[in-house]
Amino acid sequence: MNWTSWSEFWSMGGYGFYVWGSYSVAFICIIGEILLISKRRRTLEKQHSLILEPNTKTKEIKNETTS
Amino acid sequence: MAINWFKYSSPASFYSLAGKMIPVFVLAAVGLLIGGLYVGFFVAPTDFQQGEAYRIIFIHVPAAWMSMFLYVVMAFWAGIGLAFNTRLSSMLATAIAPTGAMFTFLALWTGALWGKPMWGTWWVWDARLTSELILLFLYIGFMSLQAAIDDPRRADKAGAIIALVGVVNIPIIYFSVQWWNTLHQGASVSVNQAPAMATTMLMGMLIMVFASWMYSIAVILKRLRVIILEREQHTAWVSELRQKEIMG
Repeated sequence: MNWTSWSEFWSMGGYGFYVWGSYSVAFICIIGEILLISKRRRTLEKQHSLILEPNTKTKEIKNETTS
Repeated sequence: MAINWFKYSSPASFYSLAGKMIPVFVLAAVGLLIGGLYVGFFVAPTDFQQGEAYRIIFIHVPAAWMSMFLYVVMAFWAGIGLAFNTRLSSMLATAIAPTGAMFTFLALWTGALWGKPMWGTWWVWDARLTSELILLFLYIGFMSLQAAIDDPRRADKAGAIIALVGVVNIPIIYFSVQWWNTLHQGASVSVNQAPAMATTMLMGMLIMVFASWMYSIAVILKRLRVIILEREQHTAWVSELRQKEIMG
């Protein structure tokens, strides 16, 4: 184990800004990319009233009625 | 077992195949990412020269490799689409571009954040960094060109030409550290030499590379499915799909 405490982990030997600046932006990019694709799909589904993921939709409806 | 691969060259059958494949790749990506980050932060030791700053490598190298690799794959499928007029190949190339651009941006971003503490500068106009920046412009050029052309088949063809011409940049990026004097260090891993790093560091890096691969496949398939629907929304199979799912 490299770290004796959380504060030591977050400081990264004084390079925390550079290390976490890299990892946080990578994380934001990945989440952003996934969200953009989902949004693009939803827009398309709305435009043409396509319902192409019936399982998730029916599950949601079921949950609403049972709860 | 004989598999009729040509069956999946039709967007309709590929659409459902991709839908089944995505969860597998998502699972693999998440598993490998957790494993890779664990090895990278908790198993791999502190570097004797760079201290903890070197841990940027676990995101920088996978991003840089993917940026080049995805470009070659994109150009390959764009070229196949151009040569054989296969719709799905061109759609695949279009689906790859944004993910490739994202990894190129990340390679540059993490490189800047690594360069500042190690070289004392965010950016230098040297061969490796400049050719990687050109790669980002090639991705952006490919995407904007395709976005600017209304007819999808013409957009495919124009994009394919830009993609294929840009391939020349890939060996330039790869060999830039050998061909020119540069601040950037040489290859950490190569085929004919023992890796110049500790085994656990290398392990962490390779796991992160595999995680990036799995992520890329998952996200590209997800985007490809949307592109297929966008382009084929007026065809019989899409309305059949809609009918089936409204009934069922």
